[in-house]
Amino acid sequence: MLTVSGLACSRGERRLFANVGFALGSGEWLHVQGANGAGKTSLMRLLVGLSPADAGEIRWRGEPTPSVDFRREMIYLGHHAAVKEDLTPLENLRLSAALDGVALDERTALAALIRLGLRGREDLPVRVLSAGQKRRVLLARLLTRPAILWVLDEAFNALDVGAVKLLGDLIAEHLAAGGMAVLTSHQPLPVPGGKALVL
Amino acid sequence: MKALLATVRRDILLALRRKSEVLTAVFFFVIVTSLFPLGIGPEPVLLKKIAPGILWVAALLSTLLGLPRLFAADHLDGTLEQMALSPSPLGLLVAGKIVAHWLLCGLPLVLLAPVLGLQFDLDASALGILTLALLLGTPLLSLIGAIGAALTLGVRGGGVLLALLVLPLYIPALIFGAGAVEAHIAGLDVGGHLSLLAAMLALAAFFAPWATTAALRVALE
Repeated sequence: MLTVSGLACSRGERRLFANVGFALGSGEWLHVQGANGAGKTSLMRLLVGLSPADAGEIRWRGEPTPSVDFRREMIYLGHHAAVKEDLTPLENLRLSAALDGVALDERTALAALIRLGLRGREDLPVRVLSAGQKRRVLLARLLTRPAILWVLDEAFNALDVGAVKLLGDLIAEHLAAGGMAVLTSHQPLPVPGGKALVL
Repeated sequence: MKALLATVRRDILLALRRKSEVLTAVFFFVIVTSLFPLGIGPEPVLLKKIAPGILWVAALLSTLLGLPRLFAADHLDGTLEQMALSPSPLGLLVAGKIVAHWLLCGLPLVLLAPVLGLQFDLDASALGILTLALLLGTPLLSLIGAIGAALTLGVRGGGVLLALLVLPLYIPALIFGAGAVEAHIAGLDVGGHLSLLAAMLALAAFFAPWATTAALRVALE
């Protein structure tokens, strides 16, 4: 489904990585590893199509990315909180769904927030939530936005023990349902199996 | 189209949660246009002559005041990145943001202009032409400004650069917008001025969202 070959990236004069290739099929996940500054985030941004690669190609279902299909079937959560501080978690979820053209009723959005442990916080402005709770609001999008490929950059940052386990469970469920995931993290991840890619 | 409306709704909701940001630009317009009659004193002939120019220049500057925030907040918190990756075309979302910017920063100026024009002893028909010219002109200011805001996104000291970049591009709107009111006061036909403003608006409505989108993609790289 997702095939990457000969990918190269440089920042300024410095070559970050070259000739990176991998393939992911249904139910598989990739753990991207590497020291700080090795280019993990750069690889993720190339992968989702935010920045162009120096060389190489990325194909989704055989089509070169970024295609509309790819954007619809992929979700990327990066370092940024990507939530509006002045809105409530519920408004954040529903508005980002509306921008993506995905139908999302209030019940489903509420259920996602409750699953992420934000019961009773759905009507508070995100501004007053803690860093970990903001992260949970963002992660709730994994439940409200249907996608096949999850690209999560340092998704386990700022999460407490319970949330790390919860996210691990979410990823495992997603993979069991035939999804795919590309993750970066410095910790060992609480998800079984998985290929490793060391930059 | 749904995505465009959703963006407009989102930006208006966000602005309502932070009213001060929108009100600053509107108050700026009110204060600047009111300072001139106070400073010059009761000289109806002179005031009437300078009114169109002053109202238009104040409208340009007040639009400029809101521009740096158009994309900066979304860029900072990463929501712009999510928009760029959304299945909805980024161009539509950007168009929605420009529409919201006009509704929040342009439309209030159009509605206030006839009231503020009274200070300059403009008569009812001149006020009508002024409002009409601003109705055609302010969306043009938002559209051109969005290109500048996208080009200077993430640049340090971008606010000053934005003014240097955008103000020269506002000159045609200023000339024909203020010109329409001056022509009307002089008893000439204003059709030509307004048609040119409308033509520029149509052109900008077509190209500006596209150019803004291209600039945003570069800024996000």
